[in-house]
Amino acid sequence: MAFARDLFTVLALVAGALFFLAGTVGLIRFPDQLTRLHALTKVDNLGLGLVILGLLPQADGWFGAFKLVSVWLLVQFSGAVVTQLIAGALRERGPCA
Amino acid sequence: MTIATFADAGLVLLVLTIGASTIFARRAFDAVIAFVVYGLLLAIVWVRLSAIDVALTEAAIGGGMTGMLLLGAAARLRAVEFDSFAAALPVRLCAGFLCALAAAGLAGALLLSPKVVLSLAPAVMENLPRTGLGNPVAGVLFAYRALDTLLEKVVLLLALLGVWSLAPNQAWNGIPGLRIYDQPNTTLTFLAQILPPVGIVVGIYMCWVGANEPGGAFQGGTILAAMWLLVIIARLADAPSTGNTWLRIGLVFGPVVFLSVGLAGLVLANAFLAYPPGYAKPLIVAIEVALTISIAAALAMLAAGPPKPVQQQ
Repeated sequence: MAFARDLFTVLALVAGALFFLAGTVGLIRFPDQLTRLHALTKVDNLGLGLVILGLLPQADGWFGAFKLVSVWLLVQFSGAVVTQLIAGALRERGPCA
Repeated sequence: MTIATFADAGLVLLVLTIGASTIFARRAFDAVIAFVVYGLLLAIVWVRLSAIDVALTEAAIGGGMTGMLLLGAAARLRAVEFDSFAAALPVRLCAGFLCALAAAGLAGALLLSPKVVLSLAPAVMENLPRTGLGNPVAGVLFAYRALDTLLEKVVLLLALLGVWSLAPNQAWNGIPGLRIYDQPNTTLTFLAQILPPVGIVVGIYMCWVGANEPGGAFQGGTILAAMWLLVIIARLADAPSTGNTWLRIGLVFGPVVFLSVGLAGLVLANAFLAYPPGYAKPLIVAIEVALTISIAAALAMLAAGPPKPVQQQ
C-alpha cells in the first residue's frame, strides 16, 4: 500500500515537472507576449495541479491536504487574474508586433 | 552524495546567478524583478536549512514587500534613468569596494569561526516550557531578546515617519500618493473582492499559530497589509489620510502595548520586559496580536508612499 502511494506520488510529480519544463520552454521560445502568457497558464494549472495531486497522499492528515489544495486554488486564481491584467495592459498599448 | 545534495547545489547556483543578475541588470526594473526572484529562492534556501520562520519572513518581506517598494522607486526613477544620471567612476569604485569589504567580512566571519560554536540553543529549549510557547523562535523573540523585537517595531515607525516627511508642506495629513487604477478594471476588482477574505483569515492564522509553530506577527501583518493595499489599488476603498486618528492609533498600538507590558514587568517581575511567571504566554500572544495590527498598518502605509498634494480640478 505504501509502495503504491509512493509510486503514485513519483509519477504525478514527474508529470507535473514535465508540464513545468514545457511551460518554461514555451515562455522562452514563443514569439509574442500573448502566446507566452498562454504557455505560463498551463504551468500554473496543470503543472502545479499534478504536483499537488502527487503530494496529497503524503499530506499530514486532512488539514494538510486541505492546505495543499488551497495553495493550488489560490495560485490558480491569482495566476488567472494576473494573466488577464497583463493581457489587458498589452491590448491597451496597441496591437503587439 | 544524495539527491538532496545535488538539489541543494543547484539551488545555491541559482541563487548566485540571480544575485549576479540583479547587479548586472541594465535597467532598474529588471534588477527589481530579479531581486524578487532572489528573495523567493532565498526563502527556499531557508526552508532547506529548517528555518521556516525566517523563510516565511523572507518570502513576505524580502520578496513581496521590499519588491513592491523597489518597484515603486524604479517607476519614479524611470524618467531620469537614461538621460542624465550616471554615477561618476570614483563613486562606483568606492561603492564596489565597500560592498566587497562587507562581503569579505561576512565570508571571514563564517569561514574563520571557531570549530566549536558557542550555542545558546540548548538553554533556549530547556527553558522554553516556562514561557508556555511551543515555537522556540517566538520564545527567543519575545522572552530572551524582547528588547530587540521592541526596537525593531519602533524602527518600522521611524521608517514610516521618514517616508511621510517627504510630503510637501501643503500635502501634510493628505492621502498617500499610491498609484491606483483610474478606470474601473473588472478583473482587478474581482480579485480584490474574492482574495481579501481568504487573506485576512490566513493572516490572522499566521499570527495566532506563531506561538507554537512557524509564523508570527511580521508574517501575518505582511499578509494583512497586502490585502489592504489590494483593496486600495482596486479602488474598493480609499486610502486613509495620514492624519487619520484611527490610522495613527493603529500604528502605535503594538509598540505601546509591548512597552506597557515591559514597564509593568518592572513592578510585577522585577525587570523591564520580563513577564510575571504563569502569565508569559497570554501576554506574549496579546503583544503579538497588537503588533500584527501595527505592522500591517505600517507596512501598508510604507508601500502607499508619502501623501501627495490634492490636485486642483
